[in-house]
Amino acid sequence: MSKQSPLHFHRMKDMPSTHLLGTGTPTCAGCGGLETLHTMYDILGKKTVFVNAAGCMTLLSVYPFTPFHGGWLYTSMASAPAGAQGVRDALDILLQKKKLSADEDVEVVVITGDGTAYGMGMSATSGAMDRNLDFIYLCYDNEGYGNTGQQYSPATPHAARTSTSRGSHGYPGYKKDLFAIWAAHNPAYVATVIAAEPLDLAKKIEKIQTMSGPRMLISLAPCPTGWDYDPQLSVEIGRLAVQTGVWPLKEYCDGEVRHTKVPKQRKPVDEYLQLQGRFRHLFEPERDVEGIAEIQARVDAYWERVESE
Amino acid sequence: MTRKLLTGNSAAAWGARLARVDYIPAFPITPQTEIIEDLAAWTDRGEMDARLVTLESEHSMITAAGAAASSGVRAFTATSSQGLLYGMEMVYTVAGWRTPFVMVNVSRGLASPITLESDHNDIMAARDSGFLQIHCATCQEIADGVLIAYRLAEHPDVRMPAIVNLDGFYLSFTREPVDLAEVSQASAFVGEYDPENLQFKGNSPLSQAMAVLGGGPYSYFRYEAHLAVQRALSVYDEIIDEFEDRFGRRYDMIDSYQMQDAEYVFVMLGSFSTKARDAVDSLRDAGWKAGLLRPRLFRPFPQQQLGQLLQGRRAVAVIDQNISMGMGGVLHSELATALYGASDAPLLASYIGGLGGRDISQQEFFAIADELRQADERGEVAAPRLLYTEHELTEMRKLQAIAQAEHAEIQQN
Repeated sequence: MSKQSPLHFHRMKDMPSTHLLGTGTPTCAGCGGLETLHTMYDILGKKTVFVNAAGCMTLLSVYPFTPFHGGWLYTSMASAPAGAQGVRDALDILLQKKKLSADEDVEVVVITGDGTAYGMGMSATSGAMDRNLDFIYLCYDNEGYGNTGQQYSPATPHAARTSTSRGSHGYPGYKKDLFAIWAAHNPAYVATVIAAEPLDLAKKIEKIQTMSGPRMLISLAPCPTGWDYDPQLSVEIGRLAVQTGVWPLKEYCDGEVRHTKVPKQRKPVDEYLQLQGRFRHLFEPERDVEGIAEIQARVDAYWERVESE
Repeated sequence: MTRKLLTGNSAAAWGARLARVDYIPAFPITPQTEIIEDLAAWTDRGEMDARLVTLESEHSMITAAGAAASSGVRAFTATSSQGLLYGMEMVYTVAGWRTPFVMVNVSRGLASPITLESDHNDIMAARDSGFLQIHCATCQEIADGVLIAYRLAEHPDVRMPAIVNLDGFYLSFTREPVDLAEVSQASAFVGEYDPENLQFKGNSPLSQAMAVLGGGPYSYFRYEAHLAVQRALSVYDEIIDEFEDRFGRRYDMIDSYQMQDAEYVFVMLGSFSTKARDAVDSLRDAGWKAGLLRPRLFRPFPQQQLGQLLQGRRAVAVIDQNISMGMGGVLHSELATALYGASDAPLLASYIGGLGGRDISQQEFFAIADELRQADERGEVAAPRLLYTEHELTEMRKLQAIAQAEHAEIQQN
């Protein structure tokens, strides 16, 4: 894939004012995953082929409609990175054999949910990084198997109520550190992003456009239906995820991890948690002091480690 | 043309080389591995202008093959047994993409218990996927079968992926002389890959493998695929005529042996049919009118052609190297379907044999022929038979005695 010259995103004014992705998609109102996809697609442009795994975004393209100007390939839940491998290799072969002009080349973008990225698709993703596949991977992480009604997944945070963790303490496990797992493969790039911080997201997309190799993005995707909140709160919840330090925005590049937006004064996690029905049991009928303190302590410990480095 | 002594696996690799495939997503599994090793050696040395990539599983491998064929290149891959099953989700999925590519399957029995040796339960599991299936009995047929499979898969009336099947060990590791066409001759036959509408390009909206809502569109696409596979029957005949004109070898969709006046007929798939061929010769020497039919094309299933070939015969033994638990032999069931209601249809008997590489001896073929004759005299066939000898049972009892003794010893301690 020939790399385009970088755009420049310094201020919100620099952001694209119209969306490339067509309207009328069947995603839920307030979908945080779709917002990330919008920004990403606006910047990457039409010369893209999205290779999708089973998940919420599968319903973006339903015969005979597609919101994309470029390509779309639905594979399976586990093997989207392998689909990207086949497409990328084929494009390279066609370029090499001069059956495709450089102008006709496309960026291959895998798009999966957290169920795939943190679980079933991990082997195929690991393999794609092993092979240094030239592709972009976007994981929209809504912290559960959202498309099937928000059962807990390996990305579900501690204490969250899901359709399969309805007990009084919610999900007993802890969210897996996919960023660290991916970074351990030493790919070209790994970053966490969120649509509610569009400038940070845009800068990262801009950066990876000039790079080749595996470029891996994990977007926290606030999910009104799965997290149980009013869709109009998606952006606010996304911002609070960053401001409370629950969702650190960072990138891995050339062997270094760098935090791209460090909250100066972290807000208490309560502010993030209490807006979401999935954490309501931490506040009602009475405040779960210990439960909230544990979540706060984990966030604090993370940032202490960051600050000590 | 050059003649080489090749294993079945090497013959398969040569088929891919002669078809000038562009892309080979690979994953090792016994007894198929030699195919990808040959191809890797050729691509490494630049003797073959193709890209070989080892994926991390067959599931990914088949995804990559389908995705590459969907992006405009000719793809080849190979697997076996557990690998085919591991990739089975994608076997069905890529068939729905209508992507023509060729996958060689080296048949091996399925777990459990685990074995490396041959039978056909793996390939039968892909039966309903939409993949075309060509079954081979010789190494020559494998090399030629790959070329024929590309023509068939890529034909504008078909556009489906194809599996070329060969038996593990019996063919994969057996060397036979194979006539290899020159690349130019093979290319003239196979032609260039025409991706038709399958290609991802800049600024060209193409959605592949989309979701549908409702049974109407779903059924439409499924029926379309079924009809495409069925069309491969008539297309196969055209291709075979051309293949014979170019290379002098003929591969009818059903291989008939001594069928002109045959009264008692064996029906089998794959390389074990060569054992049946020997048995037919011996039976003929003893004055029996024995014959053999071996479908090369298993998907699409040449139902009508088999019906015609078997009309008026006295009795038929289908020897299945597979077992559908709770039903029996798959080929037997399919042939029964083909013959049901046909006038002058023969008696149809079912035998299961050759599972996990188990031999089918000449004596067993003779016993089967004898049972066919008895069935003919009685006017009805016996219940389906699971081939197993007294000797095998004795040996099995010995193993069980050891297992039981070990178990007893553990319990005492």
